[in-house]
Amino acid sequence: MAVFAPFGRARPARATLMKATHSMTTTLQSGQSPRISLLGTTALLFEPPGEMDIHTQRRVWWLSRQVETWPCTKEAVPGMSNLMLVFSDPPRNVDAVKADLLAIWNRAEELHFEGRIVELPVIYGGEYGPHIADVIAHTGLTLEEIVKIHTEPLYSVFALGSHPGYCYLGGMDPRIATPRRKVPVRGLPGGAVSIGGAQTGVSASEGPSGWNTIGHTDMVFFDPLRTPPALLAPGDMIRFRAERIIK
Amino acid sequence: MIEILSRTLLSSVQDLGRDGYLRIGVGTSGAMDRVALAAGNILLGNPENSASIEIQMFPFEVRFLEDIAFALTGADAAAELDGKPIPAWWTLQARKGAVLKLNPTKRGARCYLALAGGIDVPVVLGSRSTQFRGSFGGHCGRNLQRGDVLGSIRSGERGEFFDYLPAAGFGVEPPEFALPLGDTEAVAQGTRTFVRVLPAGEYDCYTEAALESFWNKDWMITTQSDRYGYRLEGEALATRQTLEQRSHGIVPGVIQVPPSGQPIIQLRDAQPSGGYPKIGTVVEADIWRLAQAKLCTQLRFVPTTYDEALSALDTVRDYLEKVRRLARLYRLAKR
Repeated sequence: MAVFAPFGRARPARATLMKATHSMTTTLQSGQSPRISLLGTTALLFEPPGEMDIHTQRRVWWLSRQVETWPCTKEAVPGMSNLMLVFSDPPRNVDAVKADLLAIWNRAEELHFEGRIVELPVIYGGEYGPHIADVIAHTGLTLEEIVKIHTEPLYSVFALGSHPGYCYLGGMDPRIATPRRKVPVRGLPGGAVSIGGAQTGVSASEGPSGWNTIGHTDMVFFDPLRTPPALLAPGDMIRFRAERIIK
Repeated sequence: MIEILSRTLLSSVQDLGRDGYLRIGVGTSGAMDRVALAAGNILLGNPENSASIEIQMFPFEVRFLEDIAFALTGADAAAELDGKPIPAWWTLQARKGAVLKLNPTKRGARCYLALAGGIDVPVVLGSRSTQFRGSFGGHCGRNLQRGDVLGSIRSGERGEFFDYLPAAGFGVEPPEFALPLGDTEAVAQGTRTFVRVLPAGEYDCYTEAALESFWNKDWMITTQSDRYGYRLEGEALATRQTLEQRSHGIVPGVIQVPPSGQPIIQLRDAQPSGGYPKIGTVVEADIWRLAQAKLCTQLRFVPTTYDEALSALDTVRDYLEKVRRLARLYRLAKR
């Protein structure tokens, strides 16, 4: 099969009157209607207004389900209350795609997944949580309080991204929100449980990160030879369980 | 089969990339210069998406462990087969025991070594490309090392095309000459690379001075640049107000601007999501130009439109069609 997606596009007959009306970016709007912007000829990004909460996210999941069957779609990729549409073939008339997205968003419903609940045993603090002192300093809470607040909620997997198997989670208690680090840490190990701004997450493999590491879990989040390769999917839920707290 | 003789680092097995797994966090990987990878395969009569070796550090040496046809595309690495020079963008047959040496490049940054049949490594999640962050794909999910032995899918039998190849081999005009863009002299000298850019989501948030610098000033490709991204150095780009982005999907070519104001162009090993403001995107049709820009050389961004960017893709496609016709001609001539 001659697969060469970016250059292999069949060339349609050119219309004699080609309209040069593509606005390259949609102007910043006051938060009422969605923003749609191009990522070159490779993809477009759809950013609806509203809070970064589970309700917006469920509508994004719904939109993703609709869009992934469009002929121009190679992949629909949900982000944190937004959606990236990667083109199979860059559409000639990208304005029509934008219009379709806006129209369909207006009737978007909340898609509920029958997600699983996965419990992650975590060792908090000590060598496993090298930045917990920064979280303590920033929040004014004790180690025990931070662990209690972090282990209380049921977190929703909003989307996967960043690196294979990594989950963006919703639902962290804002009391333990801590700004990202000024200098990212290199070579953070897989399984690192961390807080970055108002979000929390667990790295799935070794790599750099600007978040504050507070603990570690042994859970394996990704295996390319497993079906499906990622342990978790959007709609799944995570609960952190304090296996041990090291002072 | 071939054996890697070099101690040099940063060479890996790549094809045109891994599609369809961004939503589980798996970036595309794949050849930095997809045009060179595809052309090398076409010269050999391979499927365009066959895996080849991407070489980023020179000198680089391999020994052929069997008679096999190969092609070299991408950077002009003053290649030698048992000491005899080989032109860039060339295909040739190698005899068992011959040693291929690639020297520091005269022009371009990345060389592609294709074998008749394509490099035989397992397909993982639909691709043979090396996924470095996930440590899978390619050859054992890592860069090649001295002593590694790689086979081709047709290893052990003479590839059909092998017999059609003229003794001296044949080649094609490299795309930097066939598809010129910008100041041709600077491009020929390799001191400056021009790439077309479409404005991205936060383009309108930059100050007029920032946009002026973005389009009209040189951007140096710093030594902190690799397959993940090119970190550029120039006049810092400022936004009119502080921007806060929610994590969202990104693609190779996206130009992010972190708080330092120094842009980073995401490339083939980029993670599939990010949160920094995006000023623009280098269009897919020009990413091969970026892939061949050397460290510490200058980059210029050329404004384009969506329609022009589509035409540029057609132009690349036409170039590859020419390579295909040429390869077909040689195949027919020998019949």
